[in-house]
Amino acid sequence: MTKQHTILYLDGVSVAFDGFKAISNLSLTLGRNEMRAIIGPNGAGKTTMMDIITGKTRPDIGDVYFDGVHDLTRLDEADIANLGVGRKFQKPTVFEMHTVEDNIALSLKSPRGVFAALFDLRSAEAQGRIDDILEMVRLSARRGEKAANLSHGQKQWLEIGMLLAQDPKLLLVDEPVAGMTDAETEETGRLLKKIAQTHSVIVVEHDMHFVRELDVKVTCLHEGSVLSEGSLDFVSSDERVIEVYLGR
Amino acid sequence: MAEATVQPSKTTANRIEIVLIGLGVAALLALPFFVYPIFVMKMMCFALFACAFNLLLGYTGLLSFGHAAFFGGAAYFTAHAVKVWGFPPEIGILTGVAGAALLGLVIGFFAIRRQGIYFAMITLALSQMFFFFCVQASFTGGEDGIQGVPRGTFLGVFDLQNEHTMYYFVAANFLLGLFIVWRIVNSPFGLILRSIRENESRAISLGYSVQNYKLAAFVMSAALAGLAGAIKALVFQFATLTDVAWQMSGEVILMTLLGGIGTMAGPIFGAGFVVALQNMLATSDFPVTIATGLIFMVCVLIFRRGIVGEIYAWLERRRGEKPE
Repeated sequence: MTKQHTILYLDGVSVAFDGFKAISNLSLTLGRNEMRAIIGPNGAGKTTMMDIITGKTRPDIGDVYFDGVHDLTRLDEADIANLGVGRKFQKPTVFEMHTVEDNIALSLKSPRGVFAALFDLRSAEAQGRIDDILEMVRLSARRGEKAANLSHGQKQWLEIGMLLAQDPKLLLVDEPVAGMTDAETEETGRLLKKIAQTHSVIVVEHDMHFVRELDVKVTCLHEGSVLSEGSLDFVSSDERVIEVYLGR
Repeated sequence: MAEATVQPSKTTANRIEIVLIGLGVAALLALPFFVYPIFVMKMMCFALFACAFNLLLGYTGLLSFGHAAFFGGAAYFTAHAVKVWGFPPEIGILTGVAGAALLGLVIGFFAIRRQGIYFAMITLALSQMFFFFCVQASFTGGEDGIQGVPRGTFLGVFDLQNEHTMYYFVAANFLLGLFIVWRIVNSPFGLILRSIRENESRAISLGYSVQNYKLAAFVMSAALAGLAGAIKALVFQFATLTDVAWQMSGEVILMTLLGGIGTMAGPIFGAGFVVALQNMLATSDFPVTIATGLIFMVCVLIFRRGIVGEIYAWLERRRGEKPE
């Protein structure tokens, strides 16, 4: 795949923290409207890779391009977010003191400048979008409540809702089903597949049942680089993957 | 916020707030007939100062230890503009506010680069530099301050020498200032500020340039503190070093914490309480600073949310006990 046709393009990326190579010579490409599952043992560099894409961490060397043209190693976090990269963190981080609705409203794609916010009144169109998103993540009934009162699974959904509100081109989703019940996990899988019809998505997940349910191309990371890539059946039958991650 | 979504926790707070606002405004209009007007005007100046400070501490989560620079600085600018340049009071006040905003832009520009205790220390250091400037500069009159500031005639019609006219002029400014704070806090801008207070890195990942927001909040807070200081200069007809000294920065923190940070009414109560206390103890032998210190300790140890904050929390708890 050439760079122009990718939504995300990482080539030869390395980063070290105090001599520890968190990412070493990592290359990965993601096509437009592709969903990819990333698996790998703890410390494989999954979260660091997300940090590099979102501009939180700068790589020591290597190229990181978004949408084929934007060099992410030169932009700051807020700029990258505004370009269309949204992230759901491993631990659900919603604004607990705000209402469910305000959490979505904050994330809504709109001018992010100070003056725009001072004089902006919520339009009917924006309200409509908030309603749609709340419906999609099944939180309409709890819109007026503080996010702190939601269950763990609902906070995860709220965060996915916030991600949708940003309307990003690329969604980075870190362990979306951690701590969810089986029913919630299933629902989340359906939600992500629906989202993937119109967005590019990277899902980091440990739950192999969930990965199987997603039914997408899988990349296994190990020690900061790609160990194996392909369909889940191909990857899970790879000797090296079994060795370091799945176990015998 | 859309009217359609009824939020139980907010309506309780709103109902209290509406009643309080009604009572407050009525009391404000009637007070000069019962109480010494200057005393109430002083309360209003400090209440507005505390509300301006609360915009930063309560809603953005930034603890400034240098707000005296804006309060006292604006007092100097206004006093000078009115006395030396002969500006009318409304332009004099605007000069003070603009000066404070500019000062806020400079101090804020450096301070927002750091967080927590470092932020507080930078604001303290820069405000101390401004204090030194006020001691040295010729226009401030050094230790004497600027004395005999004329109140002038507002818009060329209202003679502010008249105590009652001055009172209502101050009350109007006070209410305007409060309205501006309320408007800022309840706008989308205010929602973003509270998000920054709660989780700064999350706000960044949503694409907000947090630094710009912090600076904007800082400048607004400085300008409003300046409005309070400018009015104080006209009420007392002088501007002195007391208002730019670091103790004044400490006092506003005390007032805000005492009343309850992050609430609209809290800083007003806190300021009123401290000013009343100072007034009561001024004639006794008991040192004011010891009294305020003790009260502060009690407040921090027993009701950490402040007076108004505790009342809100109590109402919230009561509501939770009996489901509607």
